Amino acid sequence: MKRLINQQPTRVWGIALSLLPFVILLVLYVTASDARLAENPHDKLLPSFSQMGEAMQRLAFEPSKRTGEYLFWQDTLSSLQRLGLGMAIAAGLGMLLGLSTGAFPVAYSGVAPLLTVASLIPPMAILPILFIVFGLGEVSKVALIAIGVTPFVARDIQKRCLEIPREQLVKAQTLGANSGQIVLRVLIPQLMPRLIDSLRLSLGSAWLFLIAAEAIASTDGLGYRVFLVRRYLSMDVILPYVAWIALLAFVIDFVLRKLSLWAFPWQESRS
Amino acid sequence: MIEIRNVWKRYGDNVILENISATVAEGEFITLVGASGCGKSTFLRMLLGTDVPNQGEILLDGKTIADEPDAERGVVFQQYSVFPHMTVLENVIIARAFEKTRLGFLWGKRKRAAREEAMAMLETVGLSHMAARYPDELSGGMRQRLAIAQALILKPRILLLDEPFGALDPGIRADMHALVLSLWRQHKLTVFMVTHDLAEGFHLGTRLWVFDKLRLDPQAPNRFGAGITYDLPVGQCEPELLQEIDSGLSSSGQELV
Repeated sequence: MKRLINQQPTRVWGIALSLLPFVILLVLYVTASDARLAENPHDKLLPSFSQMGEAMQRLAFEPSKRTGEYLFWQDTLSSLQRLGLGMAIAAGLGMLLGLSTGAFPVAYSGVAPLLTVASLIPPMAILPILFIVFGLGEVSKVALIAIGVTPFVARDIQKRCLEIPREQLVKAQTLGANSGQIVLRVLIPQLMPRLIDSLRLSLGSAWLFLIAAEAIASTDGLGYRVFLVRRYLSMDVILPYVAWIALLAFVIDFVLRKLSLWAFPWQESRS
Repeated sequence: MIEIRNVWKRYGDNVILENISATVAEGEFITLVGASGCGKSTFLRMLLGTDVPNQGEILLDGKTIADEPDAERGVVFQQYSVFPHMTVLENVIIARAFEKTRLGFLWGKRKRAAREEAMAMLETVGLSHMAARYPDELSGGMRQRLAIAQALILKPRILLLDEPFGALDPGIRADMHALVLSLWRQHKLTVFMVTHDLAEGFHLGTRLWVFDKLRLDPQAPNRFGAGITYDLPVGQCEPELLQEIDSGLSSSGQELV
């Protein structure tokens, strides 16, 4: 018998083991839900899958009686817009700050301390400021995501930039490159995959900021809906929404990873 | 061409190099050997412009050598010399792109011209069949060939090699020696090569510099720096001398440790 640390599951076993916890959770849920519904058919806490299906049918495929919108899709669209815009701003600003501080010692001295301090401020604590300054509209939600994610991305890019071997920079200079050419042809191309990695890592907190902002002041969005229907104990809406958010997060992460490998094929041989 | 006048280098209280003076003519191939930590790489960095002497000066054609790297001085390091995100061909073309365009991107006719030139250069170093690969797909020896091709495309006057073959197998190393010697003759370069392999120094080039401490204070080993203890024309000295230098180096190396 090999030591436990050396035992590798076979392919089939590996897949089976990774599915097992999901199956267990599903079975547990269905049993518990059935038991509760058998006692009280109006129980709201653990709705059956058919109840969730009905609720989602109503939200996704029937226009809302009040606004005429398909709420589920409207929520999804609004949330993804905020998230996308916030992440895009964070990516741009983060790259700019990280690259300039990583590449130019002068910028490092000037900006890096501020960046360190800024990254220590919990973004949720400044949400009230954003609401006061930008109002309760879209801007403050996008701003929260951007402000929350930018310092992380900037510091990550800065660190990666400083990790690029100095030999490469010296080599570029011996080939006659000036600072701008080095940034454009040596640094940015090597930092782009890092930027995507960095965005993938910060997606979790971006979702957190989005849902928090939507919960507090919004009229649509996935986070808004979840917090709205909480008042009616509508677990038949909340649970599918949470699953949907998880699925969206997974898809975004997957797409970013594939995009990175497709756009920067030189990474593949590095690992 | 190059004149080194009373150069001193210190890091804090540690004297690395003391009072080095030498004159180098165009077209010489100088090999720098010495125990590790003796300052030969520091000396190379000063020639490259990434480090400056504390005292004294290095003159190139009578003027103080530039204190940042430029296209006149090509370099090959032991590793990380090539750009991992560019193919082999792009790694060579990039030099022309830096030279000819403001932002470093070549297009159309100029790109085709640079591509042809780069392919010819890759042919010389024996890498033309790998042109479309990325550096990480190459063996260590191939990567160093690429670094050499890249360094030579702009035809620098001086080529600086910092232990370029230190990480290579002996067989491949011999191939690389032949390559460097032929390129040196073909391009009429002035070459400085740092190596810790004394035999390499005796085999290659026209002149051998041995870096070692001239005096030693056992209580303060860093009190005195290294100088050039031997400045030998290669090919005109006896194997016994090689033996003597080799044993001398290893003994002072141990005292330093």
